[in-house]
Amino acid sequence: MNNVYYGKLIFELSKEGRRGYTLPKNELAQYNIEDLPAHLMREQAPALPEVDELTVVRHYTNMSNNNFGVDTGFYPLGSCTMKYNPKINEEMSSLPAFTGLHPLQDVSTVQGALEVYYNLQTSLAEISGLSEFTLNPYAGAHGELTGLMVMKSYHMSRNDDKRTKVIIPDSAHGTNPASAAVCGFDIVVVKSRPDGTVDVEDLRPLLDDSIAGMMMTNPNTLGIFEHNIAEIAELVHEAGGLMYYDGANLNPMLGMCRPGDLGFDIMHINLHKTFSTPHGGGGPGDGPVGVREGLEQFLPCPRVVLDENYELKIEFNDESLGSVSGFLGNFGVIMRAYSYILTLGKENLRMVGPLATLNANYVKESLKDCYELPIEGVCKHEFVFDGLKDKSTGVTTLDVAKRLLDYGYHAPTIYFPLLFHQALMIEPTENESKETLDGFIEVMRKIATEASENPELVKGAPHNTPVRRLDDTLAALKPVVTYAELAQAE
Amino acid sequence: MSKIIEGLYYSESHEYVKVEGNIGFIGISDYAQHELGDVVYVDMPEVDDEVSAGEEFGAVESVKAASDLISPVSGTVVEINEALEDEPGLVNKDSYENWIIKVELSDESELEKLMNAEAYKAFIGE
Repeated sequence: MNNVYYGKLIFELSKEGRRGYTLPKNELAQYNIEDLPAHLMREQAPALPEVDELTVVRHYTNMSNNNFGVDTGFYPLGSCTMKYNPKINEEMSSLPAFTGLHPLQDVSTVQGALEVYYNLQTSLAEISGLSEFTLNPYAGAHGELTGLMVMKSYHMSRNDDKRTKVIIPDSAHGTNPASAAVCGFDIVVVKSRPDGTVDVEDLRPLLDDSIAGMMMTNPNTLGIFEHNIAEIAELVHEAGGLMYYDGANLNPMLGMCRPGDLGFDIMHINLHKTFSTPHGGGGPGDGPVGVREGLEQFLPCPRVVLDENYELKIEFNDESLGSVSGFLGNFGVIMRAYSYILTLGKENLRMVGPLATLNANYVKESLKDCYELPIEGVCKHEFVFDGLKDKSTGVTTLDVAKRLLDYGYHAPTIYFPLLFHQALMIEPTENESKETLDGFIEVMRKIATEASENPELVKGAPHNTPVRRLDDTLAALKPVVTYAELAQAE
Repeated sequence: MSKIIEGLYYSESHEYVKVEGNIGFIGISDYAQHELGDVVYVDMPEVDDEVSAGEEFGAVESVKAASDLISPVSGTVVEINEALEDEPGLVNKDSYENWIIKVELSDESELEKLMNAEAYKAFIGE
């Protein structure tokens, strides 16, 4: 905390009677408050902090200085693609001509906004090798659910109601089985081989006419490209199932390889990962869903279509699975992704995947003598270490992650995927310079040396952050989420 | 080095069965509790529920991950360890003392498919 006093909770800064506002003249003064029904009256005043303006400003400014974001420093959080969000995206999405729109305005007056929507739909279709996209789902997992609903609609449209199961690799993102379960499917797990890729021999016996489809991410959660993808897609298709592509790991594929060409039928894209829109504090995101030819009619409504007079229309159709969101998704996010694609252009977009892959491999090769690399070989945009090479000191992946905070880096993803017990998952993204990567490598090597020479130092980390190591267990068992609960606990 | 008790049966998903008569005490191995880290929630079935060998019967949630509990044997749940509802951390203190469910075994031959202490020790590479 930069300033101990102003870093306290806003409630702790409260002084009775102090205030930083003036209210306008009460225009309802002539009404008698006693006339209001008793059950609508508060029994006591709300517990609001009483603070002056300067205190509020200092409190929140100090708080904001404790944030860590991609604008502050290196953020190698694997699986999350924390790429830089170029400021031009913000500029474009804040243009008053867009921010001032109302979703119920007449279609003829919002042709510009619909053009952005339509152009992004078609760009994503071209980038992914699929036929059509909807931008309506609000985030990745919402996209997964929508995609699975398309899968279900497809089977039901053929009166094929036996298909109740979805196959998911044991290395999958946790959202895959969760989305499938929410969509009403049973989950069948297919095992990985020692190199982390799907075991085709384990897959074969699982395939029959009860399979609705298979969900995969490629490269998989270990950052390894699934070389047998063509065979897997063929087997699933032969069994009458559809292939679903989880777009969380699309970044290294950009411009090099298209899910549609690999045999996938349905996919979602996390605009907040691959197309540089902010991750925000849990939102807003956007999770467009694309389908191959023949499945377009099942996409959610409303749809943005171009009519024969080259006018954009908002359309509803009967075969659609229905609405999954209000209006047309998170437009501000759509605007940012479109700005990113236009800023890079076709040629530069092709460089994203190779540079992300190069950066990941550079970090991996530079650290594999001090960290355990369970799967050798070329990775894609991310890779997984299984903790420190020297495990004799008892220093865990959690300790390494905490120590990184002391050196001013965001921690990588830890303890995912579950295949490796000390998993430490690093994804540098394409944005980072060699100098930044070298700085990170140096610190990671330093931590490995500290772990051997002075393990207690690493086990006690972080030492330099505003708060030290938090008690995760207590937080999970007895969460305190409001000031009232905190006051009570004390 | 994890604690492994002689005379218990172990599964590849790290559950154990301690057999007394036709009753099996099912819990997770010391190795499993150690790998999971601090357990914060144990999801258990209800008494009289049926469990089947190889099928999920609950879950343990730790600060690191949530893991399904896979029953090593089939049978009927006769008791659940209610102490774990208030104090899930007991699993970390002693995972053998603090079993999760007690099952009346319906097919004792299933035990033959499980590992003994020595085989389990080799399985976890210790």
